[in-house]
Formats: sequence, structure tokens, C-alpha cells
Amino acid sequence: MVTILTAVGFMATLGLTLALVLVAANRRLYVYEDPRIDQVEDLLPKANCGACGSAGCRPFAEQLVKGEVEPGKCTVNAKGMNQIIADFLGVDLGGGEKRVARLACAGGTHVAHIRASYAGFSSCRASALVSGGGKGCAWGCLGMGDCVTLCGFDALALDRHGLPVVDEARCTGCGDCVRACPKGLFSLQPLSHRLWVACKNLDPGDEAEHECEVVCTACGRCAQDSPEHLIRIQDNLAVIDETKAALASTVAIERCPTGAIVWLQPEGGVLKGRDARRVVRKGALPVG
Amino acid sequence: MGLLNLFERPRTFAHGIYPIEHKALTADKPIRRLPFAPELVLPLAQHRGSPAQPGVRVGQEVVRGEPIARADGHISVPMHAPATGMVRQIGLAPTAEGPKAPAIRIKVYEGASQQVLFDLERDLDALDRASLIAAVQDAGLVGLGGATFPSHVKLIPPKGRWIDTVVVNGCECEPYLTCDHRIMLEQTAALIRGIRLVLRATGAERAIIGVEDNKLDALAHLRAALSAEPGISAEAVQTKYPQGAERMLILSLLGLEVPAGGLPADLGVAVYNVGTLAQMGELLPRGRGLIERVVTVSGPAVRRPGNFIVPIGTPVRFLLEQVGTTPELGEVILGGPMMGMAVASLDVPVTKGVSGVVALERADPDLAERKVYPCIKCGECVHACPVSLNPSLLGELAAAREYRVMAERYWLDQCFECGCCAYVCPSNIPLTQYFRIAKAINREHREAG
Repeated sequence: MVTILTAVGFMATLGLTLALVLVAANRRLYVYEDPRIDQVEDLLPKANCGACGSAGCRPFAEQLVKGEVEPGKCTVNAKGMNQIIADFLGVDLGGGEKRVARLACAGGTHVAHIRASYAGFSSCRASALVSGGGKGCAWGCLGMGDCVTLCGFDALALDRHGLPVVDEARCTGCGDCVRACPKGLFSLQPLSHRLWVACKNLDPGDEAEHECEVVCTACGRCAQDSPEHLIRIQDNLAVIDETKAALASTVAIERCPTGAIVWLQPEGGVLKGRDARRVVRKGALPVG
Repeated sequence: MGLLNLFERPRTFAHGIYPIEHKALTADKPIRRLPFAPELVLPLAQHRGSPAQPGVRVGQEVVRGEPIARADGHISVPMHAPATGMVRQIGLAPTAEGPKAPAIRIKVYEGASQQVLFDLERDLDALDRASLIAAVQDAGLVGLGGATFPSHVKLIPPKGRWIDTVVVNGCECEPYLTCDHRIMLEQTAALIRGIRLVLRATGAERAIIGVEDNKLDALAHLRAALSAEPGISAEAVQTKYPQGAERMLILSLLGLEVPAGGLPADLGVAVYNVGTLAQMGELLPRGRGLIERVVTVSGPAVRRPGNFIVPIGTPVRFLLEQVGTTPELGEVILGGPMMGMAVASLDVPVTKGVSGVVALERADPDLAERKVYPCIKCGECVHACPVSLNPSLLGELAAAREYRVMAERYWLDQCFECGCCAYVCPSNIPLTQYFRIAKAINREHREAG
């Protein structure tokens, strides 16, 4: 009997002591976490894409609650959801404009020459390491779709000429394709900017046109036609001044002889100027 | 002597491969000169380090041997005009690497003489060490074996180190190439002069020429010439790829292993290619610059293969026209077939680092059926890797895009892309290509911070 009582008494005392330690620890080591963080995180898309600049959605939610960032920074969330977060936290939506990836090349297989066939494994990175990949234009898209493979939002697809096409509705501007492209052809641009130079070739006119039919030959017509130095010619390439994007109109593209400068339609597709050379070829150009 | 050889350590390294040599095509072809191409293309970045700075204007007339670009800093070399003519353009030109890069184009005058008109005889014995090293830089000398690292930089060991042994690389382990073989046979005097200069500039006591044992005629020739040269010896090493890699040759000749991430200078060793030293011995006493080099033009698609003195900047197209090609001309490789670079355009020029132009024939049945199968863990690549990496594991990590893990835990940066692993892989896995991508991406990340 005594043995049992001793055991029970001992265990009870031990349990009580440890419970007191736990109570004390809970008091002293308690970390207050704003319950709104969890709630805000639930309102975020949980894509963890990093487009906002944070490592993932949780750190972004923490920053939101602290008021360090604006809800609009999240480009993946539907606009309405960001508004709900803004209302919930009582802050402005902010965040500026949605940015999307754009490809600075229009040289599909039907207009750009491939001078040497690449026989290694199918990756832009790998082929770019073998003498630049064999495309006549040293700056052009290699068309093996490293960007398409890497895109986590299904926003990229290769068209029949081997050029990636961006689905602006799905693109979150996370920048994965920008890093994937060995030729550095992608960049993130504000969604409302519609005037676009789809070329990166720095060769002088004739030499460049020898390799691709839709190359920028730096003729300067777009620069002449557009107002207030919106477009300038730099290193044999037309460059749009982003700070003056409000001045952009379709006037700039009208006289482009090759169709290298385009107006991107909001509903998808590109508008070329009336003087742009018509490309009727459907199939690929022969290699060589 | 015969019996004692049994106790000698075999002069070789562990692992490696034995590719078919194909050297008989050109090994007995004496070095010949070629005419000038109508236009020479001289990229400003033909060497490692910062590109040279052009020192000429468009329209300016230049004389063969005249400096046309200055070195930009210590790890850089100047450039000299390989032919008399006029500067036609300073702008972008195609390179073997792919991206277009700044280059000087020289329109060569018709009937321009092969005689070098721009030189300055000087007494090298009167120069002190620093001026000798400066003279090497002024000559525009870089590693002609293909690494194109400025030669003068290796003459100055890092602080706290000194060079006691100069290893002269006459291995030429790449298939097809025979230019170093011919240089050892035909330019022996210049080569020995070059070795003497390097010994003086570094203060080293001895020099060892390593020659693969498939070139015993060159070895015998060198030994005869070296009988009156104390401190310089010539040794045979096993014919094996990549015997000509710096690390492998040091291991074979001296039994020393260059520490991972270290330099040969850490062991007191400096390695020079025979071609570099032959040029050094030829150019320095006359105060000239590097304007031409010996190039092996070979391969099944070449009609008249041979070893040629080619002016730097000669377009590959012109070179192939001179030797003639078969209608089946397919892939053209600058350098050897193992580590060389296939070119996308024949307009790329021969630069300082191009030791060979190998033209293969089209419709290689091997290429057509190169289907990639999964890794079967046979371990052939592990057995082949000369720097004892695990290419099989690295390949799987590369497929999973774990590039940082490859570098941080599995010594990716020790890989020098010799291609042994991809060569032996029965599943045709392009391992070397994977590693090159991984290294390129890691480099980009480092640069981005």
C-alpha cells in the first residue's frame, strides 16, 4: 500500500513541478504573433513565386501586416483578392501596375535563318554554349523552349515557328523566364505599355537583314515619327524610353520596313505597321 | 638501364581514356605557310582577362607586326597586325563562342609581303627580370595550347611562392592535332630558347618537357638537342587522354597533385605549351609580336590535311578553301574534337588559342542515333574522370537543377570539361554539356550576387 502511495505521490509531485515549469516557460518565452498574418496568408495565392520580391507568400504576409509593402505588389492574386486584403488591413491597394514578361525577338523559323544545325540535347542553354546555337542572328531566340519548361504558371507556349508566346493573363511577372533565357531576350514590362521593339540585333542594317526578315535595321523611321524622343537609335537598335511611355501610339510602327517594332494587342496578337514587309511563308527556312 | 626501367614509376595518371588518335593524317606533314586571306578579323578578346584596347583608327594603314591594340591592365595582352593592309572596320564580328564581339577587321593589301617589317632587335641578356616579363606581355603571348591565359602572368608566382620547376607541355593528347609534334621537330632551337627565357624570368632551376610516347621521334630529337643544355630534360609520358591537361601532366611527371582550387604555382610549378615557348623564343629576341601560329588542319572532310603557319585572324572559311574540302563537309571544330568548339559559321577567325581546325563529314551515323538512355550506374564515367569526380551523380543533380549543390558539395568547379565522362557513357548522357550549363548558371548567380 505504502509503495503504491509513494509512487503515486512521487509521480504527482513530478508532474506538478514540470507543469509549473511549462507554465512559467509559456509566460516568459511567449512570442506574440499577429493573428492577421495567418488570415492574410490565406488570402494570398500561395504560389510562392517570389515575384513580389519576398521569398514566398508567408514572408510577404508578414511584411503586409507590418505595413512594409502594399498588397498590390502581389501580381499573381486576382485584383479583387488584393483589394480584399487592402480593405482588411485598411491600407491602399498600391503596388503600381502589373508587369508581364515580353520577348525581344520575332525571328521565328519562317523568317530567321538557321546557319548550322545543332545536334546536341534539346535545351537553349546547351545549344547557346556551342558557338551560340547556330542561329544566323547571334542575339535571336533559339526556340527550344527552356522558358516554356521553366514557367510555373503555364503562361508560355511555343508557336508553330518556335517562338515563345506570353499569355499576359496568366503571366505573373515572376521573372523565371528572364533568368532562363541564355540570350537574355525576356524582360518584365508594365502591362499597359503596348509599343514594343521585338528585336535585339546590334548588327548594322544590311548585315542584320541578311539573317532575319523582321530585324530592326536601325533605319530610324520610328524615332522620327514618334514625339519628344520617345524612341532613340542606340547601337543599331531602336530603344523606347520607358519614362515617356504615355506618349506611345501606333504612329511609331506605321513606317517600320520590317515590322520589328510592333503594337501588342491587349487581347493577344501583334499589330504591325502598314509598311511592314508581309511574311507569307508558313514553313521553316532551310538550314544553311 | 633496361632493367632499371622496371622500377621506375610509370609516367601517367589514374583514369582517363584512349580515344582513336587519327594523328597519322598530318604527323609527317612539315609546317607550311599559307597565303594571306583578303580580310583578317581580329577579336579584341582572344585571351583570358580584359580585352585589348584598339589603338588604331578606321582607314589607318598598318604594317605586318605593328601593334594595333594595347593591353588593358595586367591580365591582358596587346595585339599586332598579322598582315600589311588597312583597318576597314572596328565593330562586331562573329566568334567561335557565339555572341558577336568587338574586333578589328584589316583589309590585306594584295601582294603584301610575308616579311615582318616591324621589329626591334634587342639583347635579351641585358634585360632584368621585370623587363623580361614586360617583354613577354608586349609580345602578346598567351597559352597557345588553347587556354589563352596571358603567358607573362604565370611568370610571376603569387606572393610567398616561387617557381622551381617549369613543365613544358608537349603531350598533345587531343586526337587529330599534330602542330605541337611538328613544332618540337622543326622549331627545336626556338623552343629551347623559349625555355631558357622562362627559366630566367621565373628563376626556376629545371625544366621538363613532357612528350606522349606516341611521338618518340620528337622525344629523340629533343633529347639530342638537349644533350648540351643542363637543367632541361625531356621525358616520355603515357599516351592517354587528357595527359596534356596541366594537372594531369604535373601528376605524371612530378608525382604531385595540384590541390583542388589551387594553382600549379602552389607546388612551385609553371606549365607552358611547347607552341607558346617556341613562339617566345622566336619573337622575343627580335622584339616582335604574336601574329601567326601553327594550326593543324585535319579531319575526314579535308582533302589535303597538314600543319600550317596561319596568320591570326584568318577566317576558317579561307583556311578550308586552301586545303580543300569534300562535298560531305559537316561539323567544323576549332581545337581538338574532345575539348574543341564546333562553330556555327565559317566566318569565325582563327584566334591565338586555335591549335587545330578539324572538319568532320556530315551524316555521322553515330550522331543520328544518339538517343539518350537513363543512367544505369555502370560507373564507367567515375572510372574515366581524371580529377576523380562522380559524373554520374553530378549528372543526376544537373537534371534536377541542383546546380549549387553540385558546386558546393560535389566539387563541380574541379571539372575542366575534358569530356571523358560523356565519351565513355554507354547511355549517351551528355554529361559534359550538363556540367557546362551548371557552371554557366552558377557563374551568372555569382555575378548577380
